[in-house]
Amino acid sequence: MSNLAVLPIILPFLAGILVAFFHKNLIASRIFSIIATMLHLALTIFVFLNVQESGSYVLEVGGWEAPFGIVIVADPLSSLLTMTTAVVAAAAVIYAPKSLSRIQEEFYFYSFFFLLIAGVNGAFLTGDLFNLFVFFEVLLMASYGLIVLGNGKAQLRESLKYILINLFSSMLFVTTISFLYSVVGTVNMAQAAERVGEVEQQGVLTVIGILLFFVFATKAAVFPLYYWLPSSYTVPNAVVSALFGALLTKVGVYSILRTFTLIFNYEVGLTHTLFIYLAMFTMIFGVIGALSTNNVKLIIAYNVIPAVGFMLMGIGIFTETSIAGSIYYLVHDMIIKAVLFLLIGAVTYAAGTSDLKKMGGLIHHYPVLGWMFFLSTLVLAGIPPFSGFIGKLLLLQGGLNQEEILIVIVALISSLGILFSMIRIFIGGFWGAADIMELPKQKPSLGAMTWPIGILLSLSILLGVGAEMFYPAVSSIADYVMNPELYIESVLKE
Amino acid sequence: MEIVMSVLAGLLFMTGVYNLLQKQLLRIVIGTALVSHGAHLTILTMGKLKEGAAPVLTDGVENYTDPLPQALILTSIVISFGVTSLLLVLAYRASKINHTDNMEKLRGNDYE
Repeated sequence: MSNLAVLPIILPFLAGILVAFFHKNLIASRIFSIIATMLHLALTIFVFLNVQESGSYVLEVGGWEAPFGIVIVADPLSSLLTMTTAVVAAAAVIYAPKSLSRIQEEFYFYSFFFLLIAGVNGAFLTGDLFNLFVFFEVLLMASYGLIVLGNGKAQLRESLKYILINLFSSMLFVTTISFLYSVVGTVNMAQAAERVGEVEQQGVLTVIGILLFFVFATKAAVFPLYYWLPSSYTVPNAVVSALFGALLTKVGVYSILRTFTLIFNYEVGLTHTLFIYLAMFTMIFGVIGALSTNNVKLIIAYNVIPAVGFMLMGIGIFTETSIAGSIYYLVHDMIIKAVLFLLIGAVTYAAGTSDLKKMGGLIHHYPVLGWMFFLSTLVLAGIPPFSGFIGKLLLLQGGLNQEEILIVIVALISSLGILFSMIRIFIGGFWGAADIMELPKQKPSLGAMTWPIGILLSLSILLGVGAEMFYPAVSSIADYVMNPELYIESVLKE
Repeated sequence: MEIVMSVLAGLLFMTGVYNLLQKQLLRIVIGTALVSHGAHLTILTMGKLKEGAAPVLTDGVENYTDPLPQALILTSIVISFGVTSLLLVLAYRASKINHTDNMEKLRGNDYE
């Protein structure tokens, strides 16, 4: 049964290769992609439920025993995140045909899409630091393909910067892994955790930990390293932005969560306090960015940044409640960011512009879109009883218990800022008389764009309203994450 | 020997970063290549440069070289090779379409 652990990587990988063979036949590739993502979704749900019931699956690839070979570990945290990834992927693949141009779809969109999913799942599931680097590269390669898809002037310009910053941080990642290898003599996460624990994380190991944090912080867009994100997330097509916004930064956050609860958890006073301050600045600067512009796409892209701040805050506070909050927020944010990017894609498609000043009165023409946008604004800002509220409540509770008052205040104010930046789009874009904007006579119909958004949004609302149903699972995962010896035992089987 | 290798890796990082900070696109690409070479040398050095037989079990051999850094470095070389070639094509295409290879002029504006 341990082969189940690797299937969420293999399935999209194979699908990505197979769909490349008939890339010119759009109908066949659309049907094939939908079937493959549905299968993937069913598979990840099955893996999640099994892991919840009977504990982690560990696959030792090629039959090499744990510390020597590569291990793939489907534990409660990673199986939860692969499941969420599969949900986002399923919605994106239904939305894609309407949003992409014919030429974008023909030139291997679906292949890149599946390889991206394979890379993201791999990064969640792997139990080996060097393998994590390899899966980072797999998902980055796919994202390089997706970001230039369409060959626009701005796309080429921004993708250059995106590739350069990622290439540099990848090289830093490799260097850091080699440092870690020279000190602890292993790249297996469980064994590294064990050995770091034996020497109680002496000086040099903390330095390596901080280096590793900066690598992941670049991917996750944490405060001093977020400048690359906004423009590179706005230039590609809406589906691609949705995938990037929902998945890529979250892989960075997951990696921070994993390494700093499993391996580097002995100098909490130094490293995790640093996280709290960085989280604070991330929130402040993200919100300022979101309020600074009238480009609706850019507003949404800037809103990715404070969310990262919230999750980092939970990791920084480092109690069971706050980690539970971070995990809840992670799942919530993956879904709601996909919803928002897809929604804003539909809005710009309907309005024909992304300049907020030129929009107005859209709700008369597209009432469903307007109300969905309003609901998702409430969900994002964390108005009770929606899912953003539950995550933030746990985070704030954790913060107050540890008497980190400053971060709690900043978090509350930046939530208000997020709400304000989103409501600006709603007021400017949807309110007003019906004839403010000159829409073409033949109004573009949104059709297949709305209902994948609707499904994702209702799922997100369910996550908030049915919190009582989901909270026990999240809290047990947080309990598992805070006890790293469980992970070490399941991998090394001592 | 490790010290010499570390200094060499440091020099590669230094020249790489210097090139990364230039305005011309091609220099930046060369800078990334140099930085990745530095990273690869670091991996090789960090496993300690042991002298010994190939890591295959044979009778009478006591000293083995460490095979893991070699496996890691190979993977990393392949990846950086792929990324560099993609970057070269992209740099060519971007400078063609934007009519400049100067990063100062590739800033762009808000509404596009």
